[in-house]
Amino acid sequence: MYPSSFDYHAAGSVQEALALLAQYGDDAKLLAGGHSLIPVMKLRFAAPAHLIDIGRIPALSAISDGGANVHVGATARHADVAASPIVRTRVPLLAEVTAHIGDPLIRNMGTIGGSIAHADPAADLPAAMLALGASLVLAGPSGTRTVAADDFFTDVFTTALQPGEMLTEVVVPVPGAGSGAAYEKLPDPASGYAIVGIAVQLQVRDGAIASVRVGMTGLGPMPMRLAGVESALAGTAASTAAIAAAAARAGDGLSFDDDVRGSAAYKLNIARVYVRRALVRAMAASAG
Amino acid sequence: MTEINVSVNGRGHTRDVEPRTLLVHFLREALGLTGTHVGCDTSQCGACTVLLDGRGVKSCTVLAVQANGGEITTIEGLATDGVLHPLQAAFRETHGLQCGFCTPGMILSAVDLLARNPSPSEREIRHGLEGNLCRCTGYQNIVKAVQHAAHTMAGGASAVAGD
Repeated sequence: MYPSSFDYHAAGSVQEALALLAQYGDDAKLLAGGHSLIPVMKLRFAAPAHLIDIGRIPALSAISDGGANVHVGATARHADVAASPIVRTRVPLLAEVTAHIGDPLIRNMGTIGGSIAHADPAADLPAAMLALGASLVLAGPSGTRTVAADDFFTDVFTTALQPGEMLTEVVVPVPGAGSGAAYEKLPDPASGYAIVGIAVQLQVRDGAIASVRVGMTGLGPMPMRLAGVESALAGTAASTAAIAAAAARAGDGLSFDDDVRGSAAYKLNIARVYVRRALVRAMAASAG
Repeated sequence: MTEINVSVNGRGHTRDVEPRTLLVHFLREALGLTGTHVGCDTSQCGACTVLLDGRGVKSCTVLAVQANGGEITTIEGLATDGVLHPLQAAFRETHGLQCGFCTPGMILSAVDLLARNPSPSEREIRHGLEGNLCRCTGYQNIVKAVQHAAHTMAGGASAVAGD
C-alpha cells in the first residue's frame, strides 16, 4: 500500500518547520517517526499534500534533567525515552508506560511528541501525561505557549494544538519523596493498543495519601483523569480498604458501550480491576 | 522526486525517489534486495525488519526519504565472504525456521536485540522479538536459535579478547 503523493520538506529547525506550516496550512502534516501518520496515509485516511519532516532537527530529541522537571524533546524516540537514565530514575512512570508502546521495532522509530499529538484514545502516553501532571510546550507563529496535559486532550484524536502550531517539548514534574507510580494495561491482543490502561502517580505522607492522579486510556473518547477515584483517595489513610473504595468508583463519569472489545459490564469491571491493580502497585512503590 | 543517499550493506547508493516510496519497496524494487519481505504491510508482522543506523525498524512504515543519509543493513548484508552470520547459522542449526518467510526480519530483530543485550534470558528474547510474527508457530526454536547464537557470539568475542 502506497500513501497518496505528497511533497517532502526536511525542516532544519523549529523555525523552518513553523514557516513551512504557515506556508502550506491545512495541506501539510508534520512527520517525526511516522508510526502514527504513515499507517493512516497508507490506508488513505489521510492524504496531506505536504509532509514536513521534523525528525532531522537535532535539538528536538534531547532529554534533560532540569531539577524540578525533566524535559523531553518532542522527537525523542520511545526506545530512547524508556532507556534514558534520567527518565528511569527521575520520572519512572514515563519509562514504564513508554516500554508498553507497540513493540521494540515500533519503539525504535515512534516519538513521544508524535504519539501525544496524534492523541489516539487508546494510546499509552496520554494516560501517563495526565497522571504525571505533565505540560506540553507548543511553538507557533506568535511564540511558544505551555498547555497542561489536563487541557491538552480535548476529544477523539483532538488536542489543543492550533493550526500552525507544533509540539516541541514535554515537561514532566519530578515527583517528591514518598511517591509511587504504576501503569497497568490490558492490551488488545491483535493491535497492542490499550483496551484499558491506568496510570497512577501518588504521594504518601505520614501514612496518608497527600496527592494522587489517575490517568485512564482506552475506555473513553479521549484519555482522561478518573476524578471519582482521585477524590475517594485524597487525604485518606493509605490502606487496602481505601484502594477498594476508590477502585469501586472507576466508572464514575464514563459511559460504556457493548462492542467488539467487550460488553459494557465487562469494561466497567476491568476499569475497576485495573485501577485497583495500579493503585496497589503505586502504593507499594511509594514505600520504597 | 527527491534525491536520497543511503548506504545499504556497506555500499553507497544515490537515487531519485518519489517521496511516498516506502523503504521496503526502495530496497526490493530500486535495489533488487528481495530478502526483505512484505508481510502484513501494516507495521505488525515485522517481516520487513531491517537495521536503520543499527536499530531494527519496520521498513513498510518508514519512508525512503526518512532513511536519507542513513546506514541500512538487510539480510543480504549479514554474511561475510560466504560465511553465515552466527544468527543465520543458528537458525539453520536449531531448525529456527519452517517456511522461512519471517526469518529475515526475525534475524535482523535478533541482531538488534543481541547488540543491546548480548546474553538475554529466554523471557528477554521473547519480549525482544515481540514485533516479529511467525505463522508456522516456530517460536520455540527461534528462541533456541537466538540463545545458540548468543552463546556462539560470546565465545567468539572471548577468543578475540584472549588473543
